[in-house]
Amino acid sequence: MSDGIIRLKFDILPNDMSAAGEASSGVKKVLNQLGVEPQKIKKAAIAMYEAEINAVIHGGGGIAEVVIDKEYIEVKIRDEGPGIADIELAMQEGYSTASDEIREMGFGAGMGLPNMKRYSDKLVIESEVGKGTTVTIVVNL
Amino acid sequence: MKVAEFMQRTGLKAFTGDTGLEREITGIYVCDLLSWVMSHASKGDAWITVHTHLNIVAVALLAEVSCIIVPEGIKAEEATVKKAAEEGIVILGSEMSAYHICCKAYELLR
Repeated sequence: MSDGIIRLKFDILPNDMSAAGEASSGVKKVLNQLGVEPQKIKKAAIAMYEAEINAVIHGGGGIAEVVIDKEYIEVKIRDEGPGIADIELAMQEGYSTASDEIREMGFGAGMGLPNMKRYSDKLVIESEVGKGTTVTIVVNL
Repeated sequence: MKVAEFMQRTGLKAFTGDTGLEREITGIYVCDLLSWVMSHASKGDAWITVHTHLNIVAVALLAEVSCIIVPEGIKAEEATVKKAAEEGIVILGSEMSAYHICCKAYELLR
């Protein structure tokens, strides 16, 4: 692309745990090809994977839009799920509304959002109950 | 220690054939909470988990572990084994408990 910015878009399928991770693994491959520092790829990929899992589990699927610029990667994951009533509470490690089935798979331990925060340089969560949630993750490259 | 030598000395078997056996095991990490593994496992750890669903492959790739070990005679799901082999991730199995695998690994890796 002439401006040097790479834009990627992925559909995140609802309730399909077997496909969860396809988007973040796709982004990871692109970052690898671009020769981005491994530690930064790890940060971006883990934060995005957590957001992707959340969209599958809670959001009824959604869309991931990724912008890779020279100085940063921005991942925006948007769903039209039930929304988050209390974001501060949701950010607390260990707080979870996941189903037993999801917990039995080793997810839903209330660490998804804390991990996104840990691995991103900037995390913005916009949510409206009944409308959906948009999570924006920025990792500086 | 390479995965191949670790297998040989502990009697672990690979579900995933010959893929990834040259990877270096530098430690062991035992945990079944996937987000916890992603944020705490170190690169090169052999990850012991009772989960065998597809998502463990993505977690192993993200956490950059050297291999996955499924303890206590648990069989890895076919789809998981296929995906792991495609991604170059080794899944090993053992009749031993996680504790016993750790004891053996301690002797071998210290």
